Parts: sequence; C-alpha cells; structure tokens
Amino acid sequence: MRIGVDVGGTNTDAALMDGRTVVDAVKSVTTEDPGSGIIEAVSKILDKTKILPNQLEAIMIGTTQFTNAFVENKRLEKVAVVRLGHPATISVPPCIDFSSNLRKIIGENFWILPGGYEFDGRFLGDWSEELVKKAAYEIASKGIKYIAVSCVFSPINEKQEIETAKILKKYVPEAIITMSHRIGRVGFIERENATIMNSSLGFLANKVITSFDGALKKLKIKCPFYISQNDGTLMAANIVKNYPVLTFASGPTNSMRGAAFLSGHKNAIVVDIGGTTTDFGVIKEGFPRESSIPVDIGGVRTNFRMPDLVSIGLGGGSLIEFNNNEVKVGPESVGYKLTSESLIFGGNKLTASDIAISQGLANFGDKEKISHLDEKIIIKTMQVIKQMIEEGIDRVKLNKDPVPVILVGGGNILVENNLEGAEEVIIPDYSDVANAIGASLAQAGGEIDKIYSYSDIGREKSLELAKLDAIKRAKEAGAKTETISIIELEEIPLSYLPSGAVRLHVKAVGDLF
Amino acid sequence: MIELTLNNLENFTRGAAFLGTGGGGDPYIGKLMLKHQLEKGKIIKILSPDEINDNFLVCNVLSMGAPTVFVEKVPNGPATLHGLRKVEEIIGKKFDAVMPIEAGGVNATIPLVVSALSGLPVIDADGMGRAFPELQMVTYNVGDVDINPIVAVNDFMETAVFKARNSSSGEWLARAVCVRMGGICQMACYPMTGKQIKDTAIHNTIKLSFDIGNKIQEARNQKKDPADAVIDYMKMSNPSRFGKVLFLGKITDLLRETVNGFTKGTLRLKSLADEDELIVEFQNEFLYAKSNDKVLAMVPDLICALDSESGEPITTDGLRYGQRIKIVAISVPPVMRTKKALDLFGPKAFGLDFDYVALEDL
Repeated sequence: MRIGVDVGGTNTDAALMDGRTVVDAVKSVTTEDPGSGIIEAVSKILDKTKILPNQLEAIMIGTTQFTNAFVENKRLEKVAVVRLGHPATISVPPCIDFSSNLRKIIGENFWILPGGYEFDGRFLGDWSEELVKKAAYEIASKGIKYIAVSCVFSPINEKQEIETAKILKKYVPEAIITMSHRIGRVGFIERENATIMNSSLGFLANKVITSFDGALKKLKIKCPFYISQNDGTLMAANIVKNYPVLTFASGPTNSMRGAAFLSGHKNAIVVDIGGTTTDFGVIKEGFPRESSIPVDIGGVRTNFRMPDLVSIGLGGGSLIEFNNNEVKVGPESVGYKLTSESLIFGGNKLTASDIAISQGLANFGDKEKISHLDEKIIIKTMQVIKQMIEEGIDRVKLNKDPVPVILVGGGNILVENNLEGAEEVIIPDYSDVANAIGASLAQAGGEIDKIYSYSDIGREKSLELAKLDAIKRAKEAGAKTETISIIELEEIPLSYLPSGAVRLHVKAVGDLF
Repeated sequence: MIELTLNNLENFTRGAAFLGTGGGGDPYIGKLMLKHQLEKGKIIKILSPDEINDNFLVCNVLSMGAPTVFVEKVPNGPATLHGLRKVEEIIGKKFDAVMPIEAGGVNATIPLVVSALSGLPVIDADGMGRAFPELQMVTYNVGDVDINPIVAVNDFMETAVFKARNSSSGEWLARAVCVRMGGICQMACYPMTGKQIKDTAIHNTIKLSFDIGNKIQEARNQKKDPADAVIDYMKMSNPSRFGKVLFLGKITDLLRETVNGFTKGTLRLKSLADEDELIVEFQNEFLYAKSNDKVLAMVPDLICALDSESGEPITTDGLRYGQRIKIVAISVPPVMRTKKALDLFGPKAFGLDFDYVALEDL
C-alpha cells in the first residue's frame, strides 16, 4: 500500500493505491503551511480506509508549489549570481531574458569573474581566489543568502564551480549555494537560468520540505517519502530542499500519466483544470508528448525535458471581473484561499467556482450566498470559460480532427460536457485526483554519467554499454523490465583527454507498479 | 530602412535560425546580446542595398567557430568591434556601415550588435543567403572581392591579422587561430564598396529573416502548418523558390563532434508513420539528407530542422535524442547555382563525392 499526494495551489489530494488499483481518494484544501493540508488529506484517507500508518510502504508527493511560486513571482528570494567566464559572456548579462518583474525581485547582483574552461579543458582566463573572496564580502555586505554559481563549460569540468562555492561558503557561512553543473547540461544561458531559478526558490524549498516532513512525523508515518521530479521519477525529499527546480514540470507529468491510467486511453488530449491554471497536453501511446524546443517557465528559457503544454490562467479560484457586459476570467486567482474568499464560502470575491455552483455543475459551499448574481453574467462567464478551454484544446492539437479529451483536476466542474473539437469528453472516476494518482504511479530511473574511450571500444559499443548500465540501474531501482526506455542520452566529447574520451550521460526509466 | 526593435527582434532571430539551415550557431544568443543593447536604448538601423551609394565602405563582421562552443562560451561584442577598428587602421579608411557575411544563424545578429556598439548602420545583404561553415563560401568571390585584411580577435582582445593569397587560404589560416583562441573568435574581413555589394551580394536577406519569422509565428497563431507557410511564402517570393517537406520523424541517433573548429556529425531520424529512416550529415550546417541511399536534398539548397508542432527552427546544437522534428528543404536562388558558385559551396566543396542536383530534380 502506498499513498500518492498532490499538493496543488488550491487543493491537496491523496490517493491510496494497492499496486495498480485505486483503493480510495480524498480531497482537501492546500493550506498556507502546506504540511497541515497534507496532514488533513492523509489522515482523512487513513480514517476512511481504516489503514494504519505502519501498513504504508511509501508516500509519493507531487507538488506544484515551486513552479507556481516562480510563475507567479511570489515567495522568491534575492539571488547573487557569480559567473565564471570573464571576459567571455559579458555581452549577455545574467537574467537578461527574465521579465522585468522577476529581474526586480531577483535583483541585479552579478559578479562576472575570470574563470571557466575552454572546450578542450584549458583554462579560460585566470580564476582568482582573491576576486571570489571580494565577491563573497560584497555578497555578505548586501545580506544576500542565496547564491547561484555558473561557469563556462562546467559540464566538462566542475572543479572551478566547486572551488568557488567552497570559498563563498567560507566567507558567507549562511549562504545556500547552487552550482550550475548540478542543475543542467551543456548550454550556458539555459543552465545559468535554471541555477538562478533554483536559488530564488531556496527559502521556499526549505520551508515546504520541512513542513512536509513535520506533517508525516505528526501522522506517525515512518515509511520513506519522495517527491516527483519533472521526468516522472522520484527524488528523496531532502534532496529537493536543495534542488526545488527539478520538480518543475512534475505536476503536468503526473496529471497526464494519471489521466492516461484512469481513462485507459493511450492517445488523447488531457485538460487539467486546477485552482489557478489549466494545462493542456497530449498523451501519445500513453506517454506525455514532450516538447522538443527549449521550454519557457515563467518566461525564462530552460533546457529541462518537459511535456509539451499550453497553460492558461483559468481555474476554480479564478477571479471574475465584469464591466460593460465584458467578462474577464483570471488570470488572478484566490488559490488556496478559495474556502475563505469565494462568495459560496462567505468571502467577498467572485470566483469561477461560484459561477459553476450557481449553474448546478457541482455542489459545495453555500448556494444561498450567490442567489443575488445576475443570470446574464453567469451565462456570459460560462461562455467565456468554455471558449478559453476550446481554444486551449485547439492549440495543442496536431490537426483539426476531433480527438478524445480527458478532463481531470478539481476544476473540471467548470465545464459542461460538450466541447468543440472533442470527439468525446471523458471524465474518468477519480479524475479530480488524477495528479495524486499520477504521483503514486511514479517511475524509477537509472542514470549513468561516465567517461568512455571511443578509440578503445568504439562508439557503438560504448553507447550500448552505457545504455545497458542505465537500464540495469533502473531495474535495480525497481522499474519493470518491459516498461523501461531510454529517455536521455548525451555525448560530450572531452577533447582534452587522450584516446577519444567521451562523457556519456544516459537515463533510463520504467514503471514501478 | 528597417529598424530593429524589441518588438520585431524575436521574429528576426527565428527567421535567421531558419536560414541557418541547422548551423550558424543558435541566434538565441544573438537575440540576448541585441536585447541587452536595445534595452540600453541603442538604435539599430538596417539599410537596403538600393539605399546606399556606390562608394559606401562596408565591412563584414562575424564570429567564427564551432556552434557547440558558442552555446557555452558566449562571445563578447566589443571584441568584434575591435576587429572592425583594426581593419580600418590597416586600410586607413573609416567604414560607413557593417554587414553580415551570412544571413543565417548567429552571424546574422553579430553585425547588429556591432551596429549598436558603434552607431554604424547595417546593410541588408550578405554573401551566403543562408549559413555556410567557411569564409570563402560567399558569392562575393564570384565577383572576385578581396577578403583581406582578415582580423581575428578573442575575448582578451588578442588580435591576429592575415593577408591571405585567397579566401580559401584565409579560411584555412584563420581557422587554425580560431581553434587556439578557444574554438571561437570574432572576425572582420571582406571590406566592400556599395558597388561591390550591389554586384555580388545576395540582397535583402535580413528582411527575409523578418518575413520568415513572421510567417512561422502567423501560421502558429492561425493553427496552420508553419512549414507549409514558409514553403508557400518562398514560392511567392521573387525569384520564386521551390520547397518541400522531406521527412517527419523522431531522432534515434545523433553523433556530434567538435573537429578542427567545426561541429561535425550525423543525425538519424525514424519516421513516425512507418519504418523509413532519414540520415542527415552536417558540418555546422546540414550538408545533405538521404533516405534508403537516395539523396533527397544537398548543399547549397537549404535543409532546415523544425519542431514538428510549433515550426520553431532547431539548430544542430539544439538537437536531442527523442525529439520529433520535420526536415524541410528550400531551393537557393539561381545566382547560387552557377558553376562558379557551386565550386565555392556545392557538394564537392564539402568533400562529398557527388555532383549537385537541384532540389526540384531529386
């Protein structure tokens, strides 16, 4: 038995799973301190199913807390960026492609210092301990705690980043440092961007994971707990404290995998309507269709592997505004405060959920509180919502042909069942907790990062060995053999080493259950 | 006259990526360099060749090197300007403008960066009408334009000056220095008059980038196929250019090496519909595509990789195992298919053992 939990912006859901069977599922609301929401959801499901904490083998948590924080530019920290590469790279300062608001929050605290490597491993410029120390003093005097260290060609040699981080830590002992070689691969700007994003989430990551940890302790749950990564595999929770950015696309990956599992459909469009946003994605042969171009998150280009998604600011908590017969839905949302700020729960903000309730599409809250709403506005709002969803479906479609559409997420109450462009609209059982189910269906991965010699054993043999090794590790991590596939393969020639040395990075993943 | 602004920047670099035919370095870096300049309030003006007089003096400025290096060791603009100033010093004359040597890839953006730094306008013409990997592969040589002096500069402003016996030798010598300079260097060469530009360059290729970028964006917004939109647009252009989709598939293998200052490699795709395979060879840019031992397109015709859904052009350094992409080929204008032009940049010029056959005849 295991529990999959999804901590969304609005709801925290939990599903109890036995192998590939859903035993039961519950919904509760996300709390400001996310741990309380987890306590509520998990104790609810344990009560409901009469399962004891010691019968659980694992808890798998998927969370969009970090993605949401970054996209909404909320709860982010000021970051000091120490880049090693001067005088190369000076024409592209850090954060140049971030939105002006993000640049304001993160601050323009950049130190572009000599250092880095050439492609062949020689030094680029003269790295200087003195200059790193000077930067450390300046960072300390500015009171910045979160530091991102990037370095030209660190994927072929990480030494300078490590050395630099050591010195920074020595002079800024409270610093939380992210090194770019731990976050991304070749492609300097994208890697540096992801490193800065990770640093900006440092405070929140510590707070959220500590809160998760505390919640499970209170529930007397002693089994291991994991967090979903963006590729569908799991990461130990204490690692996520330092690498929150690696959870970035896990929400959509979980909901799409959950939707495919629940509906039994292998080819369909998945529409996941949450509290704040709606994601549109495609499942092809049971897997989320991946984006093959660099993905923007909150407007920032990264090179993460991610499902190909269209996201719009529409959800159950979306604020409704109207003037002169024009209705605007979202992108602002009351988020997790739905149960205190929306009209049906006695608040004073009109949300998309209020409209759905007044239309009888779902039944929660106090319907009396919305009896005064003007029928015309309700109808107009429903039209706008339907239109927004149909446009989203159209945007992810490969062609004009109708396809099955699977609706998941708590916000699916916003939709009546006919949608233009859909062959059929499927709302499977447990669709409102597809994310939590997706999290529980997590995959196991095996990764290798190793240097091979092409002149000794040839390229083909090296690739074969590397793949077999990754597959073996995936199996050891619990992946079922027939489901394992290679999802990442990167070759970095190391021309500075003799005999055709190449660094191979291979990742294999497969289903655990 | 066109002015580059923060609004049209994205379409320009998207079009330049398309004309990069897989190589030329990802203009994304160029976009960021330009964004930085435009945000500082710098003005970048682009003049059509018909807007300049015959004695205008213009310098080609560019980055040389391997795209795989470019995405890590982001170059610095002042080094390129330094190269231009060095050429001025040698010839004893001041330049009136700068121009791109190639219309595709990051080198489409470098002259615009120099323009922002120097205040000089950019001439809307180039020597390749696309991207090619080597300095002598320019239409300027059909009209015997002198490549000299050739100046190469690295990030530390270390400078090498060449007086080469011809452009191929200039390429050979500069490439060796480029490797020693860390795989990329900034260059200035081919000082040209307005008359020489009018006679030998391919005209209005910067505008072409704006238009291609625009067409892809427009098609995406209208839910049409971006690849088809570009093919249709090229068909309507003057002279009319032929285009077709060669393949739609998933990347099953990618061999990529940094050799002698180039990125060389092979891309293998497997069809999404059947068992067909496509192999594309590249040397910075895509050289030729073949399926079942039949060549489907070859240099100098354009071979481009687009994201299968969004139509976003993908450079060879952006290719990844597992991606689904569409390979599109577009014919080059007749001036790039003369015997003299094919000697400079036809299949034989890349050491391939077959003769050029036009895309529409394959």
